[in-house]
Amino acid sequence: MRIVIIDDSGLRATVLEEGLREAGYDDIHIVPPRGAFVARLERMAPDVVLMDLGSPSRDTLEEMLTVSRALAKPIAMFVDQSDDMMIGAAIDAGVSAYVVDGLRKERVKPVLELAVRRFNAFARIQAELDEARTALSDRKIIDRAKSILMNQRSLTEQDAYALLRSSAMNQGKKIVDMAQALITASDLLGGPL
Amino acid sequence: MMTSLRIAFLPLTDAAVLAVARERGFAEEEGLSLDLVRTTSWATLRDRLVYGQVQAAHMLAPLAVAVTLGLSQQPAALAAPFKLNVNGNMLVMASDFAKALDPDIVRRLADPLGTAHDFAAAIGLWRRKPVIGVVHRFSSHALTLRYWLASAGVDPDRDVMMRVLPPSLTVEAMRAGEIDGFIAGEPWGSAAVDAGLAETAAIGERIWRRGVEKILAFRESWMEENPDSVDRLLRALARAAAWCDDPANHGELAHLLSQPRYVDQPAELIACALSGNIVARVGEPAVANPDFMLFSREATPFPWRSQALWIYSQLARWGMVEHSADNAAKAGGVFRPDIFRRALANSAEPMPGASMKLEGAVAAPLAVGSRRGELTLGPDSFFDGRVFDPDRIEAFLETFGARR
Repeated sequence: MRIVIIDDSGLRATVLEEGLREAGYDDIHIVPPRGAFVARLERMAPDVVLMDLGSPSRDTLEEMLTVSRALAKPIAMFVDQSDDMMIGAAIDAGVSAYVVDGLRKERVKPVLELAVRRFNAFARIQAELDEARTALSDRKIIDRAKSILMNQRSLTEQDAYALLRSSAMNQGKKIVDMAQALITASDLLGGPL
Repeated sequence: MMTSLRIAFLPLTDAAVLAVARERGFAEEEGLSLDLVRTTSWATLRDRLVYGQVQAAHMLAPLAVAVTLGLSQQPAALAAPFKLNVNGNMLVMASDFAKALDPDIVRRLADPLGTAHDFAAAIGLWRRKPVIGVVHRFSSHALTLRYWLASAGVDPDRDVMMRVLPPSLTVEAMRAGEIDGFIAGEPWGSAAVDAGLAETAAIGERIWRRGVEKILAFRESWMEENPDSVDRLLRALARAAAWCDDPANHGELAHLLSQPRYVDQPAELIACALSGNIVARVGEPAVANPDFMLFSREATPFPWRSQALWIYSQLARWGMVEHSADNAAKAGGVFRPDIFRRALANSAEPMPGASMKLEGAVAAPLAVGSRRGELTLGPDSFFDGRVFDPDRIEAFLETFGARR
């Protein structure tokens, strides 16, 4: 079974491809939805096309599936329209799947289920990355506020942090918000840094 | 107790009525809390509606007809009891291509028939088939473009390449040289002109002066099971639409829509379509089109069945659906004036007495029968002078010739 993944995000496509390979599918191709991707897809003659539901290129893909003369058999969305649970889970996870006419649903269902699990896993990874990125930028802000205090009030790093923390607690704010307020104030006053 | 409704939309100026219903408190006054779901493709908007992830959607009117007729993936009976706007589209073409059109932009836009013929000549001068972006096969844009091109003898399936891409990707595709022009809802045409990539070749409103554009679509079954929520939503939208039409509010509306959660484009570009002052070529003064886009006046939200049937006639004309009495009935049934009347029975909204009319027959403002309030219909003519009689679809189709 030839599976084509249309995806712009390298990471999501990799996460999905790995899962499919582990499950024993080996005819997998990743096509980014850019330029002449439609022509590439036609040449590949896929059995299943998987795509992010949020991709703006879905309309372009569907149009090609409608008018293509190069594809031997029509390809339509999902495979088992009676399986509402499956379709609901796929849409929740952001998976859209197009399947060639005549492919039995028992053969497609595991692919779809796997795609749903992998898309969900990717969403978790993405959320963790975002969180890590926020944590990193938070730390930079706190570091900068600390150095302002160290310079202006000749405090040690530890004391500067303790002062930030106690001020934040007294005002019921997060340390990072306190640090940001300090930086803004210092900039306004034309302070160093 | 607030009722929560999820409604999918695409980032376009004509999502205005939904945004205003939410942001200006019209929905809240009806006890509704609107969760507006921003979507980037019509396919995804359709799927979210058909598979029940949202209760309603800001949809291309022809797409609602096509889904109901089973022409666009999973068939589902959709219902449109409210039109969200009339017109608001532009065809823009790369400046090189537009050189073959009338260089006087005011004359070019005022004479769509002459421009269509110039366009046919321009196709001949272009070294290859021009690639024109359309937002969807089942869009008013694609149907308008086909209608307009065919008037000058251009076969849209043979003489040009129509490429489907969502509105938000049109300007980038122009920049990358993947398309030579496109027809889309605002603010995307204005954005391409502003970027110096294109100039306006035609304005939707000059082709069909009161052309159907977006509708509010429900799954028919959901609409029937939830009459109370539906009525409250329609009342909120009718008041929001009146607010959107008031020129005094256009500045605020443009600003609201410019936010990232709605259109995410500069307010000045969005304001063009609202005021109808269209900059058709970068650096030139705006051309006034006071009827460029309507939300409320002339009973704009009223879903005339004849308009669903006009859409159907064009689908049949281009071979997208086989014409039969059964298909025509299904298509006409997508527009639901009965629900509109029920929901707005006790409002100040003018209420047409009929559900169908001749489309394209009003040449000058015309006072018509209304069950309440005064109703004047604006001119709704087609640029080629054709009139569509919804009771005589076959005869209408014959006027397009043997094949089309």
